[in-house]
Amino acid sequence: MALSGIEIYKHLPKTNCKKCGFPTCLAFAMKVSQKAIAITACTDLSETARAALEAASRPPIRLITIGGDSRKVEVGNEVVMFRHEKTFYHPPGLMIKLKDTAPLEATLKTVDEVANLVIDRVGLKLSLDGFAIQNESKDAATFARCVEAVKAKADLPLVLMSPDPAAMEAALEKSARSRPLIYAATKDNWEKMAELAKKHSCPLVASEPASLDELAALTQKLNQAGVEDLVLDPGPQGFSSSLNTLTQLRRLALKKSFRPLGYPIITFPAETTGSPEEEVLLAGQQIAKYAGIIVLSRFSPATAYPLLTMRLNMYTDPQKPIQMSPGIYPIGAPKPSSPLCVTTNFSLTYFSVATELEASGFPSWLLVCDTEGLSVLTAWAAGKFDAEKIAKSVKAFNVEASISHRSIIIPGRVAVLRGELEEELQGWKIMVGPPEAMEIGSYLKRYWTN
Amino acid sequence: MPVEIPVEKWAGKVNEVKLGGNGRKSIVIGGETTLPFLKIDGAMPHRPAIAVEVDDVMPADWSPHLIAAWGDALEDPAVWAKKAAEYGADIIALTLDSAHPERGNTGAAEAKKTVEKVLAAVDLPVIIIGPDVAEKDNEVLIAASSVGRGQRLALGNCVDKNYRSVAAACIADGHVAIAKTPIDINLAKQLNILICDIGLAPDAILMDPTTGGLGYGIEYTYSVMERLRLAALIGDKMTSMPMICNVGEESWRQKEARATSGVPATWGDHQERALAWEGITAVSLLNSGADIVVLQHPRTIALIKDAISKLMA
Repeated sequence: MALSGIEIYKHLPKTNCKKCGFPTCLAFAMKVSQKAIAITACTDLSETARAALEAASRPPIRLITIGGDSRKVEVGNEVVMFRHEKTFYHPPGLMIKLKDTAPLEATLKTVDEVANLVIDRVGLKLSLDGFAIQNESKDAATFARCVEAVKAKADLPLVLMSPDPAAMEAALEKSARSRPLIYAATKDNWEKMAELAKKHSCPLVASEPASLDELAALTQKLNQAGVEDLVLDPGPQGFSSSLNTLTQLRRLALKKSFRPLGYPIITFPAETTGSPEEEVLLAGQQIAKYAGIIVLSRFSPATAYPLLTMRLNMYTDPQKPIQMSPGIYPIGAPKPSSPLCVTTNFSLTYFSVATELEASGFPSWLLVCDTEGLSVLTAWAAGKFDAEKIAKSVKAFNVEASISHRSIIIPGRVAVLRGELEEELQGWKIMVGPPEAMEIGSYLKRYWTN
Repeated sequence: MPVEIPVEKWAGKVNEVKLGGNGRKSIVIGGETTLPFLKIDGAMPHRPAIAVEVDDVMPADWSPHLIAAWGDALEDPAVWAKKAAEYGADIIALTLDSAHPERGNTGAAEAKKTVEKVLAAVDLPVIIIGPDVAEKDNEVLIAASSVGRGQRLALGNCVDKNYRSVAAACIADGHVAIAKTPIDINLAKQLNILICDIGLAPDAILMDPTTGGLGYGIEYTYSVMERLRLAALIGDKMTSMPMICNVGEESWRQKEARATSGVPATWGDHQERALAWEGITAVSLLNSGADIVVLQHPRTIALIKDAISKLMA
């Protein structure tokens, strides 16, 4: 939790010695709280004060990195309960579970499909993050072979799942350089698992379904054994217990700065659900409600897509709508005689319209006005998408040079702008398009004639 | 080591709103003194309800999966409503879409007939939604209001342009108004104040914060709902109305749920994707404070009903 200037000031020598370059200790403290200068600029800080300040400035939920240099997942380091308070920073890793008892060929086929799944959405590439490999065979050599083969096929972040330290050791020999997440240290095997985590510098899951008390006791033992990079597994969680337990864990970390449980959380939504459909719903809930790593029991592109979209949406910074730069965009390969549509620069609006124009079979010009990232109706309501703005954009981006006709299609939701726009754009024909982007194709077929 | 769980104590409470009654089954929603399903902080005395959309005309552009699931029932709102009740609806959400100027432009007389028919066909509480054109909404909602007098229907949409007449009808005939605003906490609160000012009781108002579907603005709806609910729990009476979300329509009208061809292979099986789209939207908005979710697909009704039971457990 970030400290306020006053809280930092309490730990300073209060001598106003000016050696740090600031006139008073208080002024220095304020700068430190704004992260404008490091606390180390105070040369007279006592050891206890330094330790206290460093401890307080540690993130309440530790940032954990899984995976090697090529691809990694970073989870944790969240600072709020609700996304509107600031933002959610580190999207949960979505991992597909594989079992070392399945025929290797089938496993590698899934690995290939998962690794190659790239969904294009609002200009972003969405992908799943990696695999959780379970030592179902209970055999160390089989486990190690499976891990090695998966890793050779696709070097994505891994979770290694085995209660057996010997099997874990064998699998780590094949994969430790890509920093897999070790699943899991329990009250029975924690000493050996802690040794492995330290030896291979890998993050470790602390698994304890009995209670949060016992889970905290386990993480403290692991800390004392020298393992700092931990992930929590509070045991199988259904819809209600997942919401309640994960909320409690987030609160303990953020509101109480409770270090023993200040780690990201791993969930297995299939463990408490009766069908693949239900698993997806619980995974969806866990994306919004505080999971760090979500292990899915099966791979299906049809459910990966909505889950990846959910993750994208929830982890969008609420203070910064994704914006397109304003301008005139060619969609397809438009000619001067092609249709001209106008919309706002909210990325979702742009992509909805652009996608439909592309699918319509009419190569087109799309004029994107600067509405500060607001969608059509919101921008209109806020006075940022009016006739004057559209007319100015037509001039500013020299639209008349790109097209041979003088017709412009405005979004149906702002049909009311038509009259004013006729005034602003003398000699132009103002056409009112459909209210929904999906209807653009049928609209152009009906109304657009060259 | 003993872990002390931080508990939030809230001063406020979401209003309890009753729908139905007077010979019709009734249901109460709202009444929360905690964030959705967080039983460590307070109580959630009533489970969120599932409303199922029934249109007065055959939907012109629905996904083939929805059409296949409902079959001939789509041709008759009374049959459709009965089937929805069999599938587990708690509430019927009758949409008088045919009154839309471009989709039939029917008026008060047709609306009366349809509402009578649906009210006779099922004994569940009923929501009546106009075609989302303020003038036509006035016409058909006022007609529906008189037909359903005393049966505590919910009438929507009640928006800044028509709230006076819809609220007046609710006062006259004992109904509940659905106050709809475009994803904005201040506008939502303001409309509630305006409606209360003309005399409709706060416990006769539901808020529709406007639903953004998954991938189409769900994060805005989600956060506005969390903020509205937090404000209610802190004690703001004018944001303490239960919330209703139009999940089905906003999920199924998206390309990801509707388009049958011309989509990338990476999108996977169409039906599985579409159902996940509606289901994830529903669960997410239940978790941000929805007291009623309006759904469209029978399979989603079953899945969400089950999820709500588990969240309430």
